[in-house]
Amino acid sequence: MKRKLLTVSLLVLSTAMLGMSSAAFCAETDQGKGGFLSRWFGGSKPGVAPVENPQYLEECGSCHFPYQPGLLPARSWTKVMATLDNHFGENAELPAEDANIIKDYLLKNSADGSNYKRSVKIMKSLRANDAPLRVSETPYFLKKHDELTPKMVLNNPKVGSFSNCSACHTQAAKGSFSEKEILIPNFGAWEDD
Amino acid sequence: MNIRLIGVTALLFAVPFFAQASAVSELEAKYQSQGAGSFSAAAGEALWTKEFVDAKSGNKRSCPTCHTADLTKEGKHARTGKVIKPMAPSINPQRLTEVKKIKKWFVRNCKWTLGRECTAQEKGDLLAFLKAL
Repeated sequence: MKRKLLTVSLLVLSTAMLGMSSAAFCAETDQGKGGFLSRWFGGSKPGVAPVENPQYLEECGSCHFPYQPGLLPARSWTKVMATLDNHFGENAELPAEDANIIKDYLLKNSADGSNYKRSVKIMKSLRANDAPLRVSETPYFLKKHDELTPKMVLNNPKVGSFSNCSACHTQAAKGSFSEKEILIPNFGAWEDD
Repeated sequence: MNIRLIGVTALLFAVPFFAQASAVSELEAKYQSQGAGSFSAAAGEALWTKEFVDAKSGNKRSCPTCHTADLTKEGKHARTGKVIKPMAPSINPQRLTEVKKIKKWFVRNCKWTLGRECTAQEKGDLLAFLKAL
């Protein structure tokens, strides 16, 4: 009995300490400066933070690739969530309680508060008040995809659109868009020269 | 022992059907409380296949535009190409089991297809048509 109590209190204590230390790290990342660790290693974390919110995955990911919130600034997500009744020509309205949870998640994890590499680069490519509705409209995205031909994407029946990230970026769902993971259907791996 | 096992297994298999019945009957009661009369599968089918002209694009739209004509088969979203699982509950037992999902898709798809929300009567008719598939 006594031993059990000891184990439980140790567990509670260690969880609390873990919480405090991660809070200390996050305080910095929230300001977009990058935490102590990422600064130490000379940059930010690779890719973009993976999606962790189940409502977002269910409600948004059931129709299209669940774009990580770190791919657009908060001001873009605010616009997206305010216009769900005309979501790129579709009606994607949600009950208020779900919409609020998702909006909250998007705003808290948007590119402007992230120290992941792709988020930082997307933010750097935007002007102060730019609020693009599509990731594929950001200058960073356009630059990274400017060598692709219509045959590879738009007229490729297995891709069809630049909005279809995971058609070629095999690890996109994990927030990883590295070049060596690219596999364009009917074309194969991407070789940059 | 064996009989009990069979009973439990049969019950487990029946769960989706109970869920469908309860979600649909809950909504039917709600629609009737909103003024709808009795529901007709034939009226539901007629609405399902009716074509509406989109005011903005001038394109014709109907439910089969995305769900295709055969509801026991997969559909395909007209714009995104997303695969839509079969609507027929006999093929896809998950269909019509969640009130929240039914409500959500009635809002979205009535507005997209008809250009307005469906009435309580229309929604009940559509459910009557779909639940029997």
